[in-house]
Amino acid sequence: METLLNRYRNITVLLLVIFAQLVLIAVQVRNDRDVRMVRVWSVTAIMPFARVLETVRGGTSGFFSNYILMHDAREDNRRLQSDLDRLKMENQFLKTEISTADRAKALMAFQQHTESKTIAARVIASGAGANSKVVYLDRGSGAGVEKGMAVVTPDGIVGKVIAAYPTASEVMLVTDPEFAAGVVSQKNRVVGTLKGQGQSTCRVDYVPSEEKIEVGEMFFTSGDDRIFPKGFPVGVVRVVRPSSPYQEVLVEPSGLERGLEAVLIVLEGVHQAIPEIAPANAPVYLGTAPPASPGEPLAQPAGPTGTDADKLLRKYRQIGAAENHKFGEGAPGSKPPDFNIKLPPPGAPALDPGSPAPRADNTKTAVPSVPPRTVAEPPAQPHNQ
Amino acid sequence: MTDYGDRYLVGSQREQVSRFRARVLLLVPLAAILFQVYVPRFFYFQSLGYLELPLLVTIYFALMRRSQIGGMFIGAFIGLAQDSLTIKQPLGMDGIVKTLVGYFAASVGLRIDVEHSVIRFLLTFFFYFFHQFLYWVLARGLLGRPVAFEVQLTLLLGLLNAVVGVTLFHFLDKLREPA
Repeated sequence: METLLNRYRNITVLLLVIFAQLVLIAVQVRNDRDVRMVRVWSVTAIMPFARVLETVRGGTSGFFSNYILMHDAREDNRRLQSDLDRLKMENQFLKTEISTADRAKALMAFQQHTESKTIAARVIASGAGANSKVVYLDRGSGAGVEKGMAVVTPDGIVGKVIAAYPTASEVMLVTDPEFAAGVVSQKNRVVGTLKGQGQSTCRVDYVPSEEKIEVGEMFFTSGDDRIFPKGFPVGVVRVVRPSSPYQEVLVEPSGLERGLEAVLIVLEGVHQAIPEIAPANAPVYLGTAPPASPGEPLAQPAGPTGTDADKLLRKYRQIGAAENHKFGEGAPGSKPPDFNIKLPPPGAPALDPGSPAPRADNTKTAVPSVPPRTVAEPPAQPHNQ
Repeated sequence: MTDYGDRYLVGSQREQVSRFRARVLLLVPLAAILFQVYVPRFFYFQSLGYLELPLLVTIYFALMRRSQIGGMFIGAFIGLAQDSLTIKQPLGMDGIVKTLVGYFAASVGLRIDVEHSVIRFLLTFFFYFFHQFLYWVLARGLLGRPVAFEVQLTLLLGLLNAVVGVTLFHFLDKLREPA
């Protein structure tokens, strides 16, 4: 019997286990109720692990979610920073464009105003030498540029062409140590030679110590070098040191003050007058007079203003009109107008051109046949070096 | 098979009986059940519900321990735990099925070499089909539930579980105690 049990032990246990479970099922089906105790055991045994698992999963998921969010925020921050940088660059670019447009406008106005034949060019590169003050322009011999031509801006001279290639030209700036140009001061017409120093300022050589040069005075081209036409601004005097036999004069080139971008190459230079009034003494705007208060008589209009020359010019014109004389039309030797007649005061009825004008005296005075005006210098063609 | 043959076979196979630590025998089925009840919760892991990890663990331990009683109790334990975590299923349905799977798997393990991957694949495939079929029979016979048995789907899932089972068995082999 024992041997039989041993031999069929496994199958016996199997049958018992199966039977037990069948009974379990039968009880549940019959009563239509769960065996709650077994479920409680199972759930109590397994669910803590599930809770731990969920906690770990939730934490991990939250960590990765936050990490990804942070990563996204970092990415957003980087993108926004990039956008900001780009917009700053665009803003700067647009400002530069506006500045360039202003310069181009000024250049065009200057080009139309000046009598010299010029061609606009852009600076496309600068020289590679450490001390060289050389730039390259985008206009070359194909555009009529030749070696030795002057390069200017509305602010002043820039340099001279030292080599002309088919599509570009090389320009030596006024600050280059090898640069030289004839200059003349504005006030006292002191003549000197502008030389570059390799720095931001230039030197005016050969100014005798007895000549008067003032700081802030402008220098203009003298035209003596046959490169730059006379009358182009050169720069402002910054330093004047007395020395013997020549003064030491340092000039800040006005053509390079606002940087180099667009320039004019003077193809055919025409000498022009050096302005009498410095640009710094430009006319000052004056507002209108305040309105008169009630009962107060209106302010009388101001009388003619201007320099003595202007007053003289007005007087001569009035005399010419009174005597029906046109200046500049009389043949040589013809009778000049009487400049001694008394003119009616301002506001009086105009003189009849046909009636004889009253005379102050019988003295005859030599008067110019034409009203005074600024005498233009004779044009001269600069020659290439 | 003669008594001599049985004794010889059992004697030679006994040397190949795999031993596991108690915590492995406890934690691995627990992990399998947890996997079964926890992972398919998530929408992107729903397809993993087709994996019968508790069944695979039952087969593995039954095959490797080569103990019919041991395999039977492992199957009963895992089956009952699965039942208790399944809504509206009487306790014992999975218990009976896995008890039988554990018993027969251990019986097979006693007679053939189950170290080879192909043998493991075929046995896993067979026991999966057997498990599903037996469950279907019990559900219809004992509970009278009109449960459908889709042979093609069951065969396909059997292949899937067999593939996963072979891989899982490879990792579980590392948990065996050295002989």
